[in-house]
Amino acid sequence: MPINYIYPDYEVVRDSSRCITCRACERQCANEVHSYDLELKCMVSDSMNCVDCQRCVSLCPTRALKIEKTTNTFKENANWTQSLITDVYRQAESGGMLSTSMGNPNPLPVYWDRMLINASQVTNPSIDPLREPMEIKTFLGRKPEKIRRDENGRIITEMSPQLELNVPIMFSAMSFGSISYNAHESLARAATKLGTLYNTGEGGLHQDFYKYGKNTIVQVASGRFGVHKGYLDAGAAIEIKMGQGAKPGIGGHLPGAKITAEVARTRMIPEGTDAISPAPHHDIYSIEDLRQLVLSLKEATGYKKPVFVKIAAVHNVAAIASGIARSGADVVVIDGFRGGTGSAPTRLRDFVGIPIELALASVDQRLRDEGIRNNVSLVIGGSVRSSADVVKAIALGADAVYIGTGALIALGCHLCRSCHTGKCNWGIATQRPELVKRLNPNVGYQRLVNLVTAWSHEIKEMMGGMGINSIEALRGNRLMLRGVGLTETELRVLGIKYAGEIWS
Amino acid sequence: MKRVYVNEQWCLGCHLCEYYCAFANSGVNDMVKALKDKDIYPNIQIEEDKDVSFAVSCRHCRDPLCVKSCISGSLSISDGVIKVDQDKCVGCYTCILACPYGAILPSPRGVVQKCELCVDNIGGTPNCVKGCPNAAIVFEER
Repeated sequence: MPINYIYPDYEVVRDSSRCITCRACERQCANEVHSYDLELKCMVSDSMNCVDCQRCVSLCPTRALKIEKTTNTFKENANWTQSLITDVYRQAESGGMLSTSMGNPNPLPVYWDRMLINASQVTNPSIDPLREPMEIKTFLGRKPEKIRRDENGRIITEMSPQLELNVPIMFSAMSFGSISYNAHESLARAATKLGTLYNTGEGGLHQDFYKYGKNTIVQVASGRFGVHKGYLDAGAAIEIKMGQGAKPGIGGHLPGAKITAEVARTRMIPEGTDAISPAPHHDIYSIEDLRQLVLSLKEATGYKKPVFVKIAAVHNVAAIASGIARSGADVVVIDGFRGGTGSAPTRLRDFVGIPIELALASVDQRLRDEGIRNNVSLVIGGSVRSSADVVKAIALGADAVYIGTGALIALGCHLCRSCHTGKCNWGIATQRPELVKRLNPNVGYQRLVNLVTAWSHEIKEMMGGMGINSIEALRGNRLMLRGVGLTETELRVLGIKYAGEIWS
Repeated sequence: MKRVYVNEQWCLGCHLCEYYCAFANSGVNDMVKALKDKDIYPNIQIEEDKDVSFAVSCRHCRDPLCVKSCISGSLSISDGVIKVDQDKCVGCYTCILACPYGAILPSPRGVVQKCELCVDNIGGTPNCVKGCPNAAIVFEER
């Protein structure tokens, strides 16, 4: 086209005094940014296709490469920002919706960063987790309201099905199809090693991974891909996905190009066809309908497995969660607006849904106020970025958290937000065999194990600092949090005091 | 004895092992200085065709044909590592013919060169293993 409206956002900068022309950058770039110029005998780069995934930078043996944000600048305008103008150019050209992936990158408030954690000083002793026991084992499932006895006065010990987690961290739903076989294997093996759970996402369970079933949550979503009796029986729990934080209110669309033979078999759909998940479950239009599905799944699996219901954090989340808690579900999962995705319309990802911190606080409060908090466990996801976020989430009332983006980052993801192109240079969000093999699960699973192990050490240290030696004593303990830079309304919704305010 | 093994399944064909090998054998402590604007002659080589690739280097056989075939006594086994004495080598290339893996190569000097598991240069884990970005090349007992 004679007029090129779009200038690359990021530019490849090569220090030719350091480049040894090994051509690793060229061989590793699925976007074909780098090439070797035979006449000039040097590497050249075309930044137009660069997505800033940092693969070339990470592999360059002499650190001759870096990617810089372009300094090419449209006339400054605080209202019409360069990215908005560029988006208009894109849509004027394509006539289509803007597509993107991974979580919301916009500078909206991150409430995690505006909450600070308490520690003991003088009047109550802190605990050293290296010397004293520190319990972070977590059980998910409906908890008994009260002690029940049989006619002989003996305590009835029968409980609803419970999941035992060694750490209050699970890997969130990411389907086989949206991520690669090797990424799934890494997650499954890491969950097994760590004594926690990973989640199949809506794409079914690959036959090779049935052996990790004890550490698997099998998901049932609106597309019902790969759902059959064997699948439901394979997992330790079943999750009904009603919504996803990255794109509340809409379904999913996995393009035919990603439906390889393996993905097709696992999803039980023809190879190369688009896998379209409807926006709603067409059999669920009310809490009563949801209850039917919850009970159907329980009936199908002999009432042995907890059933999760996952919803996106939206404006009315507390009331919806209250309904779910009465639907027979064992675990409510809330996914915040910063949650990741393999593909979403940009405007939906960026402007639909609410922050998970506020959603969590209001859901926990609502369930307590209604006396039904013990009906369900509460799991949250949607940008839990560190062990401190985990501690804050639990103090706000969560039983456990899901990490998705964090786990992918551990596997090499650099959040280039190009999953939807299917050309993930890190072998994560792709089905192209030559790219998938770049993620060696022997390496990947160990990196996930390391990450969660490191976080659990940090969680124990923070708990010890607060003088708490059991995660149960931290759960919903909002006095352990203080806000900074928050309004009265934000403090009220979060149910926390402002920094400097004392206990009473 | 630990040897270098290659898991073809994980080889990306990035060729970095060749550069890390050449660097380890350069005797220079800066990779840029060692390799910039130079042709490299690594002891490990990527074999590739379409989507298949794997690195090939000396297997350090327990009963090596190359050593048996050497007419000048320049190839020898030292603690399990097959080494070449380039001052003794006459460049007859009988070992190149004899090696079933194609792991012995002519060097620019005319004599042969081969992998010595980095025992006389960097020591410890061979540099190709350290430099492989996907753990496709491993150094282990088998």
